[in-house]
Amino acid sequence: MEGKNNIYNDNKFNIRNMMNKGILSSFFSALVAVFLGLIIGFFVMLIALPANALIGFRHIIVGGLNRIGDVFYYATPILMTGLSVGFANKMGLFNIGASGQYTMGMYFALYVAFMWDLPDSIHWIVACLAGFVGGMIWGAIPGIFKAFLNVNEVITSIMFNYIGMYLVDMLIQGNSAMYVSDKTRTQYIPAEVQMPSLGIPNSNVNLGIILAILIGILLYIVLQKTIFGYELKATGFNRFASEYAGMKGKRNIIITMAIAGGLSGLGGAFGILAPSGIAGSSMTYEPINIIAPAGFNGIAVALLGNSHPIGIIFSAIFISYIQRGGTLASLAGYKPEIIDIVIAVIIYFSAFANIMNTAILGFIVRHFGKGRKSGNTLANDDIKEAE
Amino acid sequence: METVYYLIQNTLPVAIPLLLVALGGMFSETSGVVNIALEGIMLFGAYFGALFVYFVQDSGLDPQTILVLGMLIAAVAGLIYSLLLSFAAVNMKANQVITGTSLNMLIPAIILLFSKMYFDSDGVTTSINFYIQKIPVLGDIPVLGRMFFQKTYITVIIGFILLAIATLIFYKTKFGLRLRACGEHPHAADSVGINVYKMRYAGVSISGILGGIGGFFYSVGVMDGNVNGHTGVAGFGFLALAVMIFGQWRPGKILFASLFFAFLRTLAYSVSLIPFLYNLGINQTYYRMLPYVATMVVLAFTSKKSRAPKAAGIPYDKSLR
Repeated sequence: MEGKNNIYNDNKFNIRNMMNKGILSSFFSALVAVFLGLIIGFFVMLIALPANALIGFRHIIVGGLNRIGDVFYYATPILMTGLSVGFANKMGLFNIGASGQYTMGMYFALYVAFMWDLPDSIHWIVACLAGFVGGMIWGAIPGIFKAFLNVNEVITSIMFNYIGMYLVDMLIQGNSAMYVSDKTRTQYIPAEVQMPSLGIPNSNVNLGIILAILIGILLYIVLQKTIFGYELKATGFNRFASEYAGMKGKRNIIITMAIAGGLSGLGGAFGILAPSGIAGSSMTYEPINIIAPAGFNGIAVALLGNSHPIGIIFSAIFISYIQRGGTLASLAGYKPEIIDIVIAVIIYFSAFANIMNTAILGFIVRHFGKGRKSGNTLANDDIKEAE
Repeated sequence: METVYYLIQNTLPVAIPLLLVALGGMFSETSGVVNIALEGIMLFGAYFGALFVYFVQDSGLDPQTILVLGMLIAAVAGLIYSLLLSFAAVNMKANQVITGTSLNMLIPAIILLFSKMYFDSDGVTTSINFYIQKIPVLGDIPVLGRMFFQKTYITVIIGFILLAIATLIFYKTKFGLRLRACGEHPHAADSVGINVYKMRYAGVSISGILGGIGGFFYSVGVMDGNVNGHTGVAGFGFLALAVMIFGQWRPGKILFASLFFAFLRTLAYSVSLIPFLYNLGINQTYYRMLPYVATMVVLAFTSKKSRAPKAAGIPYDKSLR
């Protein structure tokens, strides 16, 4: 890679070099995916209720601004699941099981919160750690299946989404200390086990978002600066070559999936231990046999952030931002699901990143990079290198 | 014996959607495109089929005619939806798993949005009764007649006909052979003049048709005419993928595998009717988990010597030939 770059390095203003680092190009393709997602969302709104489409769309675009605290509040769980999916993605594993791991982590955290008697100062910390462990177990299982039995991790994690959901719903319904049967949901978590609030007026934003961002930065360091991170990415590029170079592929698969699961589990803990709007209350869980949407939103977050921990931090905040706008769109007669449509379309188009990068790069080279061979063939080469 | 009859009568309507969707997955994967979107395709087909039934149910048409027409609508809907996957996977060379996931997420959101806005519910529920007490003549055959032709749905018979057609196409036509070539070694197929892009479009489209029909049959035979965005098709699309892997991408084995899974699911939902299991006093949720756990066990044993099409999941790039 280095050698080839030198050919172009004579030019000072070197877009291509920036592209090679993959940062600019993935940012552009994310931008295009978001743009297309919003446009198609607008068309869906036009079809659903033409008269209010513009008002509704305005809510989606700027509605989140009025609720910045909530944006960060709801960004926390999907930031964690996003990091989880992105981390596994770096190794070429698709962790579609973030939902199950999230649910498991949530249950473990709830269990510690209700059943263990601990000093107030460390209770929520232990509950979070328990969530990490719960998610880790649920993530490690598909890893083990993949490493030793060659079962595709996509199918395994989907199955474990369902198994985890049924299991957690059953365990919660069977536990009278947690479950209030006439409200069909869990009790409020005692105030001392809740995540410490950041004390911003009119919002419940809590320590969770700070921790999640710190974890994102930590993951970035692990991926960039440690041997483990290097092995992980190498395995993601070419599993056989990395095994030939002496890296322990099977061990790395299991560790990666366990960490990814743990991150999702931590997301579940952050989500359920958060204080909620009414004083003294907290988030509750309703066991109604539905797979946690946080996991699937995490996939969107990770793809939009190009699986890069820092990118994921921003994409989680963005997704949460338009979700807040989506809830406001109900004022104009729409339903919050409009945002799920936008998110799905964004994922659909981010899968095109390859082709879009090539097109955008070709466009930029043609218009700004004068004096070089222009056209798609060059651009194609560069993309391959950037990958 | 009553229990045996009951279980068989209830297993078949559950097995048929699994069978059809798994066959769809087989066509898609043997052409070289991994179809995670089956879940979404099923739901899309089911929703439009159910919408059609909803609008004509009071027109006085014969229920079985409505069912067949609904099936055709569902097939077309599934085909159209699957084009989104073909376009991404074939033309745009996108990651097929990611595209599939996005298609799975898209359709429940669309159903919820429109149903909440226009029906004030999570989906659509039809009130027509497709249930057949007894099929004339065939239903009178001793033992077998009672097992297969009483208290059933016409979907079961259609399902087996489609299985036969699919098997014929898969093994006995030029098209089937070419399709399989594109999933094993697309470059070799291309070199002898087969248009890999077209074949992949065909494979995914067939999976769209079968997926749409399977989804509609699921809503008829399993959900009693209800289609909603919350539960969707309850992971049947994913189970069908597992059935396909368990069936090693071969129609005959897929039939066996889908019967196996459907039987487990029927057992799980009829525990209270079977005194022996009920008296064991095991929490019923364990039985609900059974099909998914069984999937894992089965995959653990079959994946080592997997006969997956070699090029499945890899976008075909002519220039790499």
